[in-house]
Amino acid sequence: MPSTIQAKLTWTSAMITSIALLVAGSAFVGYYVYSYRASIARNLIVQANTIALNAVPALRFDDPDSARETLSALSADRNIISAAISRPGGGPFASYTGTDPGGRRVEMNHPIVSEGEQLGTVHLAYSLDELYNDVARYALIAVVVLVLSVLVAMAAGRGIQRSITRPVARLADAAKAVSQQQNYAVRVEPTGSNDELGLLVDTFNEMLARICVREADVEAGNQRYERLTEELEQRVTQRTAELEATNKELEAFTYSVSHDLRAPLRRIDGFAKLLVDEYNAELPDEARHYLGRVRDGARQMGLLVDDLLNLARLGRQDVKLQVAGLSTIVQRVTTSLQRDAEGRDIEWQIQPLPFVECDPALIEVVFTNLISNAMKYTRPRARAVIHVGSIEQNGHPVIYVRDNGVGFSMKYADKLFGVFQRLHRAEDFEGTGVGLATVQRILHKHAGTIWAEAELDKGACFYFTLGAVPATRPTVSEQSA
Amino acid sequence: MTNGNIEILLVEDNVDDVELAVRALRREKLANDITVARDGEEALDVIFCRGAHAGRSFQHPPRVVLLDLKLPKVQGLDVLKAIKSDPRTRAIPVVIMTSSREERDLVDSYKLGVNAYVQKPVDFEKFRSMVKDLGLFWVVINQAPPPRAFEPNEGQ
Repeated sequence: MPSTIQAKLTWTSAMITSIALLVAGSAFVGYYVYSYRASIARNLIVQANTIALNAVPALRFDDPDSARETLSALSADRNIISAAISRPGGGPFASYTGTDPGGRRVEMNHPIVSEGEQLGTVHLAYSLDELYNDVARYALIAVVVLVLSVLVAMAAGRGIQRSITRPVARLADAAKAVSQQQNYAVRVEPTGSNDELGLLVDTFNEMLARICVREADVEAGNQRYERLTEELEQRVTQRTAELEATNKELEAFTYSVSHDLRAPLRRIDGFAKLLVDEYNAELPDEARHYLGRVRDGARQMGLLVDDLLNLARLGRQDVKLQVAGLSTIVQRVTTSLQRDAEGRDIEWQIQPLPFVECDPALIEVVFTNLISNAMKYTRPRARAVIHVGSIEQNGHPVIYVRDNGVGFSMKYADKLFGVFQRLHRAEDFEGTGVGLATVQRILHKHAGTIWAEAELDKGACFYFTLGAVPATRPTVSEQSA
Repeated sequence: MTNGNIEILLVEDNVDDVELAVRALRREKLANDITVARDGEEALDVIFCRGAHAGRSFQHPPRVVLLDLKLPKVQGLDVLKAIKSDPRTRAIPVVIMTSSREERDLVDSYKLGVNAYVQKPVDFEKFRSMVKDLGLFWVVINQAPPPRAFEPNEGQ
């Protein structure tokens, strides 16, 4: 089968023309042959009858010459190959022989009847050559006409085909350009007609025009997006550089603080101490008291600097996670705090604690702060009770450290974890206000959280989680703890 | 200028800190001869017997160097590096005695081969007891390196 529409159309019109001509030609030739044969048959009968009538006297009077004369009249028809008259059951009476072209023929016997008596038979042989010559000629004409009309049909069809196939071919080319090169600027030449093809071409062009507009929009959008991305990247780079600079400054600052801020404090404390040591006898009580205040101030500031430096170091430090048993850590902490517990009545209630993923060194700092706080704020109690335990909340352990100390008012609970925030007077409980801020920072670095519950003069309970922030905050009652 | 034996070389730029340290050391009567260098360059002059200390001999190295990190001219870590990279001085015990305990100072000091690293406490009593412990250990308890410890290794 042909592959282009043009070829298909040409082929189809040639086929239709040929079939039409073949059918018409066949019908015509068929009818011609039929009617020709019928006319031959009629003609032969007429001639046979004429011969039979003329032959009667010849047969009655036994005159073959006359019969021959009658037969010789047949020479007018050159299609008669031969004719003969014969008596019934006897040999030939008279005969005539014309020219025999040697092709197909028809033969006919006609009785010669006179007064009810059959006198003989007329025998005629008729050549069909003329008929078949005619048929051959007609067939040749039909073939010539067929070829010519196919050519004419093709030529005539070509014009119509062009008006169809050319726009279709252009559409196909344009579609190829669009799909292969993403070239939406191509347009198909309008056909100028209002038929379906014209509509198709116009619609296709319109579609391309719209795609062009969209394309331009998308392109503009992309450019804007790229510009924004670039700007954003620049901003990120700039911010990162700024942040790095700030970090460096901060590091230089902490380094300097750790070297330079403690030295003057040591001098203040040192010379105050020397003054007390070497001029003790000469100093009035009040002067010694003041010197004591000076030294306390210097040492307090020293602690503050140390705590702040620890907090700053924590900010830079990476959390090194491993699975660790919290019970072991708590045991280590209580052992190291043993010296502060000397001379005190402390009841330790330490439950078995779970194994969790954490940085053990940092979690030790958490427990050290929470437990030493519990010890500090239970100092006024004759018998201090400190619980360490864990409860489960949504599959995550919540660790708590609870004491029966002086507690605090929940009014100030939000201030607990701020740096330098203190809820007690320095003369009652020493401290720098950095410990719980440090604890909170460590827990945030573990993706955990901390909160507290307390009642003034009844005690406090600090809860914390690691690796999860619970939606609701569970509490431990006095009984369950 | 010292020509005799130095027991303790104190490298400290702040005059107050020098006074407090020297008082603390004198009080314990541990060291008779305390030499003070006020910056890194002076410390190197003393140790390498040059400049104002050209008359000194490598035969009499200090029993211990108490070295601050933040110093004018030549930084403490550079002094330490100079001492520990010269075979004539490498065996001299060096103790960093400074205000900070920044991790990077500790790392750098130990990488350069420091013998000890202590942080000066703010509390003067604690400082005094620390200085006493240091003097007692390095001057009295510790066995000083013998002269052969200052000879270059064979083949070097």
